[in-house]
Amino acid sequence: MSLSKLKVVLVTGRSIEQGVSKERGKISDEYFQSVATCHMDPDDMKELGVKEGANVRVTTEFGSVVVKAVKSKRTPHKGTVFIPYGPWASIVVNPTTSSVGMPYFKGIPAEVEVAPKEEPILSLRELLRRHFGRG
Amino acid sequence: MSTSVVQSVTCPICGSFCDDLELTIEDGRITKVKNACAMGEAKFLYAPDLKHRWLKPMIRKDEELVEASLEEAVKKAAEVLAEASYPILYGWSSTCCEAIRVGIELAEEVGGVIDNTATVCHGPSLQAVQDVGLPICTLGQVRHRADVIVYWACNPWEAHPRHIERYTYFPDGRFQSSMWRRYLTRWGMLAQRKRILRALSTHPYIKAILPPLARYELSPELFVKGRKLIVIDVRRTRVAEAADYFIQVKPGEDYELLQALRALVRGIELEVDEVAGVPVKLLEEVVDVMISCDFGVIFFGLGLTMSRGKVRNVDLAIKLTEDLNDRSKWLIAPMRGHFNVTGANAVFTWQTGYPFAVDFSRGYPYYNPGETSVVDILLRGDSDAALVVASDPVAHFPKKAVEHLVKNPLVVIDPSKSATSLMADVVIPSAFVGIEAEGTAYRMDFVPLPLKKVVEPPAGLLSDEEILRMILHEVRKIKGVA
Repeated sequence: MSLSKLKVVLVTGRSIEQGVSKERGKISDEYFQSVATCHMDPDDMKELGVKEGANVRVTTEFGSVVVKAVKSKRTPHKGTVFIPYGPWASIVVNPTTSSVGMPYFKGIPAEVEVAPKEEPILSLRELLRRHFGRG
Repeated sequence: MSTSVVQSVTCPICGSFCDDLELTIEDGRITKVKNACAMGEAKFLYAPDLKHRWLKPMIRKDEELVEASLEEAVKKAAEVLAEASYPILYGWSSTCCEAIRVGIELAEEVGGVIDNTATVCHGPSLQAVQDVGLPICTLGQVRHRADVIVYWACNPWEAHPRHIERYTYFPDGRFQSSMWRRYLTRWGMLAQRKRILRALSTHPYIKAILPPLARYELSPELFVKGRKLIVIDVRRTRVAEAADYFIQVKPGEDYELLQALRALVRGIELEVDEVAGVPVKLLEEVVDVMISCDFGVIFFGLGLTMSRGKVRNVDLAIKLTEDLNDRSKWLIAPMRGHFNVTGANAVFTWQTGYPFAVDFSRGYPYYNPGETSVVDILLRGDSDAALVVASDPVAHFPKKAVEHLVKNPLVVIDPSKSATSLMADVVIPSAFVGIEAEGTAYRMDFVPLPLKKVVEPPAGLLSDEEILRMILHEVRKIKGVA
C-alpha cells in the first residue's frame, strides 16, 4: 500500500533546463514546464504511488505548492526531492536568514503528497495573483 | 542580406565568462552561435526576441500596466526613490560594472540600501572570506596546473556547463593533459555494465544476487595517471558520474564532513565508521589523493552557503584548504553563478568598502549582513520602496520577503518580462548588456573582461547605465542639488 504523505528533505537549485528556459522567456511555457517540477527518487515515487508527470503537493512549514512529479535521471537520492529555482520553489523555502542575510534554499524538511484533483499547477500569473494579489 | 561573423565574444550568462564565442549576424539578428553552452546559445538566440520583452516603459494605473514615455517613467521612478525614507536598490548582477557604479551613486543620493544578488548566493562566502581570507588563483592557473579538482556542493555540468571543459578536468593544459578519453572510457564501461546487468536481471536466480553487483563502483585504481576529479554533493549529478571519487553527503551535514576531512588531513584517526553518511574508509582514500597531489583546487557552490551552517561551512572549507597547504599546494574558489555578480561585489567594494548589503541611510556606508541585507529588511518590513535592476527577486526570494517587496512602490529596470516586472509599478525596459550594449564584467576569479555590443537594441531602448543616469539626474533635481 502506498503512503499518503512522504517526509523528505527539499533541495532547490539550478538545472540546465531552468537555465535554458529562463533565457527563452520567464513567461514562456518552456520555463513553466522546467521549473514547476519536483524531481524525485523512483523509489520514493513508488512508495507514494505517484507516476511520472502526476501532480504532487509539496508542503513545508512556510507554504505549500503544487508541482509536477518528475523521475530523477540520476539516483539514488531517497528521501531528498529537488525543485529548480523559480517562483514555485520560492513559495516553500525557509526565509530564516540566521543573521547572515541568506535564507535556507536547501535542506528544508518537507512533505510530499499526491495533489488533490481540484488543485492544479498554477501558471505564473495565477501563482502571483494567488499569493501576492497582483500580476 | 548582410551577414557578418563576430569572434571572441564574451558570454553574459554565468561566472565562467567563456570568451571564445563566435556569432553570425544576419540583417541585425543573431542567427548562429558557435562554442557556447546551451544557456549561452539560448540567451543570444532567444533572449533578444521581442515577444518576451517590454518595448515601451510602463506605469501602473488602476492596477494595470500602461505604456508611458521614457521621460514620464524616469520622472515617476525618481519620485518614488526620492520620496521614500528607506528604499532598497537591488539586483545588479546581470548588468555591467559601469551601471553598478551609477547605482551606488543613486543609493547614496536617496539614502537607501543597495544590495546585489550575492546576498542570496555567495553572501555567506563573502562573509567567510572576511573571517579567514581566500587563497584563490585565476582559472588559467587551474587549467594549466591543477592535478586534483574538487567540486563541493555544486553542479557545474548544469550551472556552469563549460567550466569543466575550459578550466578544470577536460582541457589540455601546459602541465596537465585532458581527461576526455578517461571520461569516455569510464562512461563506456558503465554503459556496458548496465547492459549486462539488464540482461542478467531477466534470470530469476541471478536477479537475487544482483543488488551487490549493481552497487559496485568502478575502482579509481583503474585510472592511476592524470588529473583526478573529486565530487562531493547530496545528489548524484552528472558531474558526479564523471568523477574519480564521488562522496554523497547527507543533506545539511557538510560541516561534519569538512571537520572529518580536516582531522584526517592532520593525521588524526577517526574512531567512527561513518561521517555524514560517508564511510571513513572512502574519506581516508580521498584524503590520500588530496595530500599527495602537486596542485589541488576546491570549487565550492551554493550547497555550502544555502544549507545548515552557511557561513561556517565556507569558513571550514577555507580552513581545510589551509590545512591541506601544510601537505601540498591547495587553493579554493567559489563557483560564482550569476553573470557579473563578482563585478557587483568588486564595484561595491571599491566604492563603499563592502561587497554587498550596503546601507546609506546614515549618510555613510554601513554594512551588517543580517540587518542591512535585503531579505532581512523585507522580512522586518522596514523598506518603503524598491528599485530592482536586472534581477527577478519575486521569482527567487522566499514568499514572505516578496509579500513586503510588492506591498510598496516597485520600480524595475530589466530587458525582459519577468515575475518582478509583472508586479512592478514602473517598468523601464533596457538593452541587453553583452548583446545590445557594451560594458565591463568580472569573471568568477576576479578577472575583468570587456563585453561586446553585437546587435542594435530595439528602437528607443537605452542601456542600464543611461537609464540610471537619467533617474539620478531627476532625483538630484527633486532634491535641489542638480
